[in-house]
Amino acid sequence: MTMNNKAISSQIALRPDFATIAEWVKPNTKILDLGCGDGSLLRYLREERNVLGYGVEIADANVLNCFHNDVNVIQNDLESGLSSFESASFDYVILSQTLQAMRHTESIIQEMLRVGKEGIVSFPNFGHWRNRMQIISGQMPVSEELPYNWYDTPNIHLCTLGDFEALCHQCNANILESRVTNGNQQVKILPNLMGKLAFYRFERSSIDSMY
Amino acid sequence: MQDSKSVGIVTPQYVHIDTPLQLRSGAALSSYNLVYETYGNLNADKSNALLVCHALSGSHHVAGIYADAPKSKGWWDNMIGPGKPIDTNRFFVIGVNNIGGCHGSTGPASIDTRTGKHYGANFPIVTVEDWVETHVQLAAHLGIEQFAAVVGGSLGGMQALQWALDYPEKVRHALVIASASKLTAQNIAFNDVARQAIMTDQDFYGGDYYSYNTLPRRGLRLARMLGHITYLSDDSMAAKFGRDLRSDELSFDYGVEFEIESYLRYQGDKFADLFDANSYLLMTKALDYFDPAGAYDGNLSAAFQNITADFLVLSFTSDWRFSPERSRGIVKALLDNEINVSYAEITSSHGHDSFLMETAYYHQLVEAYMNNIAT
Repeated sequence: MTMNNKAISSQIALRPDFATIAEWVKPNTKILDLGCGDGSLLRYLREERNVLGYGVEIADANVLNCFHNDVNVIQNDLESGLSSFESASFDYVILSQTLQAMRHTESIIQEMLRVGKEGIVSFPNFGHWRNRMQIISGQMPVSEELPYNWYDTPNIHLCTLGDFEALCHQCNANILESRVTNGNQQVKILPNLMGKLAFYRFERSSIDSMY
Repeated sequence: MQDSKSVGIVTPQYVHIDTPLQLRSGAALSSYNLVYETYGNLNADKSNALLVCHALSGSHHVAGIYADAPKSKGWWDNMIGPGKPIDTNRFFVIGVNNIGGCHGSTGPASIDTRTGKHYGANFPIVTVEDWVETHVQLAAHLGIEQFAAVVGGSLGGMQALQWALDYPEKVRHALVIASASKLTAQNIAFNDVARQAIMTDQDFYGGDYYSYNTLPRRGLRLARMLGHITYLSDDSMAAKFGRDLRSDELSFDYGVEFEIESYLRYQGDKFADLFDANSYLLMTKALDYFDPAGAYDGNLSAAFQNITADFLVLSFTSDWRFSPERSRGIVKALLDNEINVSYAEITSSHGHDSFLMETAYYHQLVEAYMNNIAT
């Protein structure tokens, strides 16, 4: 167990975004992690929050790593929707740094609102000043959060905080909480300029659910 | 050279069960024999037992070879052995031949002690549920109260699922591979054509061909040829045979011209010599009848309400007989019941037979899943 705990701790150190998400997840809840990668967030949330978790992942190598992390994973293409999951069957549906790589951005937000009581999304803020500077200097941004070149990037739907909030509005998602970070630090001043990673927690708006 | 990952020489064992078996059909068997093999060792607290359920033409001979037959490798030898995905250094693995089969457990070719003759057509139709009851008797005989896992592909996967349904306290993990919670109409149709091929063979004699010292070989051969086509994929047949001819030129007659014809006939002939036609009929019926949601108005989620075992569900992209869609249906019903389940869809061109192949990703997944099972 000591080894496991050490491994987990090192993962947290590497992924401060996990800690932010875990702060929002209540203990003993049921969560669905879309595009769950190697399952380390699911494992972290199980250890830290005792959640019943399931991941959805398409890539073979990631699915296998989920098995190594001993977390539940369903191999499925997110782009084809979440038809395996009943409406309102999860406390939280999480989309951690995956939104920007999805083709059907709007429909995945709609599916999150359908399947989860709450949705949690994190994404790299394209409005960060370094990105802006690179564009002003005539180049597509390359950074720690966006490490790809324009021609090989999986990130096809990049957005700023304002862009995402507009999408939430359009999808009838009511934003409950948001946080903007730069590494381990929370950014409170000029978040759309100074923040590297954005986190949003939202639910279906009550106006929408009346229909 | 000795294969260090083989369980090596194995010997089948027999047990006579004289607890009467009430069958789903209403018929009963007053007693029966089961033939089985075991690999590895049962640990002190008997927590490492693993049951392998076989598919239509499988048997209790899952791994290893027989001393007198060096080519007699078990049907899942690539999966099971010391250091293999299902590691016999950790697990006590049991393979059992289902009743109604033709590999040593009581079936249509066995002698009915009441009459002194072969059961033949009088052997009752058995179902997946009935088989699970016989497995329970075998487990009791071996002193096993709970399986670490029950594992099976295709019809074997149905048995693993039935185990988890009927005996939730006796199964910790179920591995359901290339399987389905029920057959589609198309699938039943294939089975019926296979049965018709056998039953319309002049040598079938209403199932009592044993008394006439003959076999419905042509019918069984056709049944197997048809089945074999459906277990492969269009792509794998194209890759393996294409339109290749046996000779350089077309002969414009009805002989064997294409390589695929030659292959299928060879497979059919081989099978017709080894397998019992009545067993083939029984196995296909067991497939057709399986439908745990049937008693719940087709609601599989409701049917699964008593399941507690953790599940691994696997399917193969080119398997059109037990398609990924059928596995996803099982996964959905497990998710609805908040069961721990993992599901993977393995890219393979080998069709339904993929579950018997040594695909790297497939074996890595099973190995990783088995590593998470405490013993």
